Amino acid sequence: MFDLMSQWISAPICGLASPILPSVFANSCVRYFDGFWQTIILLILSVSAGFVLAMATALARLSQRKFLANVAAVYSYVFRGTPLLVQLFIAYYGIGSFGEEGLGSLLWLIFGNGWTVGLIILSLNTGAYSAEIIRGAVVNLPPGQMEAAKASGMSWLLAMYRIILPQAFRYCLPAYANEVVLLMKGSALVSTIAVMDLMGQTRTIYARSYQLEVYVNAAIMYLVIAGLITWLFRSLEKRLKVG
Amino acid sequence: MFNTKKTILTSLTAVALLAGVGLFVAACSKSDTGIKIATEGAYPPFNSKNADGTISGFDIDVQEALCAEMKVKCTVVAQDWDGIIPGLVQKKYDAIMSGMSITDERKATIAFSDPYFDNSLITVGKVGAGKSLDDLKKPGVVIGAQRSTVASKWIEDNIGAKAKVNLYDTQTAAYDDLAAGRVQFVVADLATVIDWMKGKTGFELVGDKIDLNDHFGVGLRQEDTELLGKFNTALKTIKENGTYQKIYDKYFTAAM
Repeated sequence: MFDLMSQWISAPICGLASPILPSVFANSCVRYFDGFWQTIILLILSVSAGFVLAMATALARLSQRKFLANVAAVYSYVFRGTPLLVQLFIAYYGIGSFGEEGLGSLLWLIFGNGWTVGLIILSLNTGAYSAEIIRGAVVNLPPGQMEAAKASGMSWLLAMYRIILPQAFRYCLPAYANEVVLLMKGSALVSTIAVMDLMGQTRTIYARSYQLEVYVNAAIMYLVIAGLITWLFRSLEKRLKVG
Repeated sequence: MFNTKKTILTSLTAVALLAGVGLFVAACSKSDTGIKIATEGAYPPFNSKNADGTISGFDIDVQEALCAEMKVKCTVVAQDWDGIIPGLVQKKYDAIMSGMSITDERKATIAFSDPYFDNSLITVGKVGAGKSLDDLKKPGVVIGAQRSTVASKWIEDNIGAKAKVNLYDTQTAAYDDLAAGRVQFVVADLATVIDWMKGKTGFELVGDKIDLNDHFGVGLRQEDTELLGKFNTALKTIKENGTYQKIYDKYFTAAM
């Protein structure tokens, strides 16, 4: 997939833009854009998976069932309490060292390459953080709402789905936008497990030229992604605003 | 009267304090006259970390012989490969001895001593993975190499268009992935491959040595021409008096 993107998206963009770009960027333009797409796709997928995971975790944390609440609390504690880099290394170099024979061909589909390991760990990581953000918003809603919903005959889950979560989601949007930006910055760490994301490409470009502008260019591209995320969440906030 | 006394006393204290600080600073910078030499510490047999945190290897032994010859005190500093050239330029240390090939790209930023090791590349794979370098171009093959090395550049320039290349921060990580089976081949410097294969079964060399007329040199700042001269003279001496050969024989077998 990424080969095709490189050929049909990165190459034409660079072909058009290179005359107006500074030379350090123009020389490695295709590499930069290949990395840029990888980072963006990694982000879209991990934010989506992480959001579903966060919802489930937040509900489990809030539920009356002690077992569910405890499992969710342990997951959240482990992934928020250890560095992302450590999680990546344990999954990639640690679990991955058992090889295909040790893990079975099904698990090897995940652990067999850095990209999927990166995606899973980033999703689990953001899932844990986002769950806390959502839980915090729910806890801060007036308790009367849940009581009223229950009094009108809704089950706990239905009340959550119809009454509580939509409001909580609106409250936590700014904090959640911040989490997505943090995740974007954290995603640069997947370059240490042989993923050619924006950081992976940048380090490879740097290895060939030793010019510090190489990193400045990467910083600008990360800023562009951060800008996109901020803009997206702003528009979402505006749409969801009540009254 | 009292006031004058007080003033004199205060001034004296101030002078004493200042002198103390001055002496301290002088003492600190004086103990700093030796040379700091950076090495990666993850590239056996050239340099690798021991269990106690010290670094040893061919680079370190040659460095000790050179420093003894130059009659300077040398300290070894561990530094990640990625940042080893910027660190030199920013004067965090004065030289690099870390199995570093003399390349034109690096020469644009730093200077190199005369070569102290002749290097060539080799491919290693799991037994049966391939017989010649053409097998590296087969579809579905993933090749591993350390990022920012001559090997990684060679793969990208010669087979990169056809093959998927995984780049790692350390050479060890590339070998780990070969053992785990994520990559089918690793291309690296001959000496490190031989060292890694020692005592391991299930891996074999693929194809011939790749000779790129590549040499390792001591990396130095471009403006430190005096130090460069010293290194070259010392290198010449230890090569002539047999010290270098002794170190070489300690690490590299006739198999190479």
